[in-house]
Amino acid sequence: MNHEIVEKNIGLMVILVVVAISFGTLVQIPPLFFDKATTTPIKGLKLYTALQLEGRDIYIREGCHVCHSQMIRPFRAETERYGHYSVAGESVYEHPFLWGSKRTGPDLARVGGRYSDDWHRAHMYNPRDVVPESNMPAFPWLFEDTIDNPITDKKMAALRMVGVPYTDEEIAAANAQVKGRTEIDALLAYLQNLGIVLKSKR
Amino acid sequence: MDNLSSFWHWWIIVLTLGCIGLTWLLLKLNQVKTQSSDDQTTGHEYDGIQEYDNPLPSWWYWMFILTIVFSLAYLALYPGLGNFKGYLNWTSVGQWEDEQKHAAAEYAPIFERYGAMSFDELKADPEALKTGQRLFANNCSLCHGSAAAGTVGFPNLTDNDWLYGDTPEAIETSILKGRKGAMMAWGAIIGEQGVKESAAYVSSLSGGNADAALVAKGKEIFATNCFACHGADGKGNQMIGAPDLTNGVWLYGGTLAKIEESIRNGRNGEMPAHEELLGKNKVHVLAAYVSSLSEPKQ
Repeated sequence: MNHEIVEKNIGLMVILVVVAISFGTLVQIPPLFFDKATTTPIKGLKLYTALQLEGRDIYIREGCHVCHSQMIRPFRAETERYGHYSVAGESVYEHPFLWGSKRTGPDLARVGGRYSDDWHRAHMYNPRDVVPESNMPAFPWLFEDTIDNPITDKKMAALRMVGVPYTDEEIAAANAQVKGRTEIDALLAYLQNLGIVLKSKR
Repeated sequence: MDNLSSFWHWWIIVLTLGCIGLTWLLLKLNQVKTQSSDDQTTGHEYDGIQEYDNPLPSWWYWMFILTIVFSLAYLALYPGLGNFKGYLNWTSVGQWEDEQKHAAAEYAPIFERYGAMSFDELKADPEALKTGQRLFANNCSLCHGSAAAGTVGFPNLTDNDWLYGDTPEAIETSILKGRKGAMMAWGAIIGEQGVKESAAYVSSLSGGNADAALVAKGKEIFATNCFACHGADGKGNQMIGAPDLTNGVWLYGGTLAKIEESIRNGRNGEMPAHEELLGKNKVHVLAAYVSSLSEPKQ
């Protein structure tokens, strides 16, 4: 193709520029959608229950993911502190991912079972009560606010459309399971379930 | 990535190598095109402005060649081309396993030596106690506090009052296996009046000021309900972690209102198990350190 043709046809040039800069994207992203390591759930991975799912949405609403990552990298310094490194098969049902890349607070990928419910409650109500030097905000309203008009069934149905295999029964029962529960209950159900499938911590 | 189908395997290879090939082609074509006129211009002219045909600076040109060479070497040595693993066989997990192996070679003998020592030996070894203190700071201080003095709901480990026994062995078991306190909620069973009465009695056990009539009624409730765990004399039972109610140490607060709350709603404190997280040897040092905290300093 002649140089002049490209330089004098701006539309053609735009298309060729896009082609030229999209090689990296084409190589890096589309194959992952078909890689078994990213599409096969690890053994024992469970779907979020209705309450856990609501807890996850509260986690997102309160912006927890802004300061807490959920991605343990395969470095000794990280696995010593947080446990087994994260694997792609753990996130098959995550929509959207909450991996994050910013750690103002610690990573939470395997926080499930690490602390007692009592500790989490005290910590959420006022982090300074248990960790004096903490700069995490307090979330006292979670203890008062209840989930009054749940649309958990709709959320589950939407997740099913993108590949999370909820059954009709689970969807039908969802709202009743969360109605009237406090937000802290939902959030704790979510947190205590994080990363517990890979047991080996070393 | 070693799970790709052959289509995506070749997709990656063709696009990656094709892209590198195209940059090479670009350089070649650029070379051919030079010297299109004798006056060192490209022959382009816009509104009387001519474009010089200067060659690329040679340092820039050779850097560019170098990046191409680098990319080819990288793709040969490291995983980058589909399912091809690279001649170095490098993986991030493999690198992590190497790190673990080096760390184990360096630190495992230290903790194995500690693991084989008795609690008395450990408590006499300042190095071991320092190690225990660091383990405590990293793993325990979030609940028990950096000075191990605890807070509401999280036991003070320095006060010689133990829910599950004061021996280092009992402490080690608590850390390894975790503990689950289970004080049931009595509010619905004995009623609000019963809660008031039993709380008055429990408060009186450690010298608390309470209405005598309530205490007398509470004593009856205690004798039929609470004695099973806390003992007839209220001294508790370390086998099941039922606290001594007579010594004035209160995990959840010792005011009348707090005692009532404990009786009404129950308490379910939990110590998470740490065996998987820390391993036996580290827990052994840790138990010695925690045990040393409540002993009078020499």
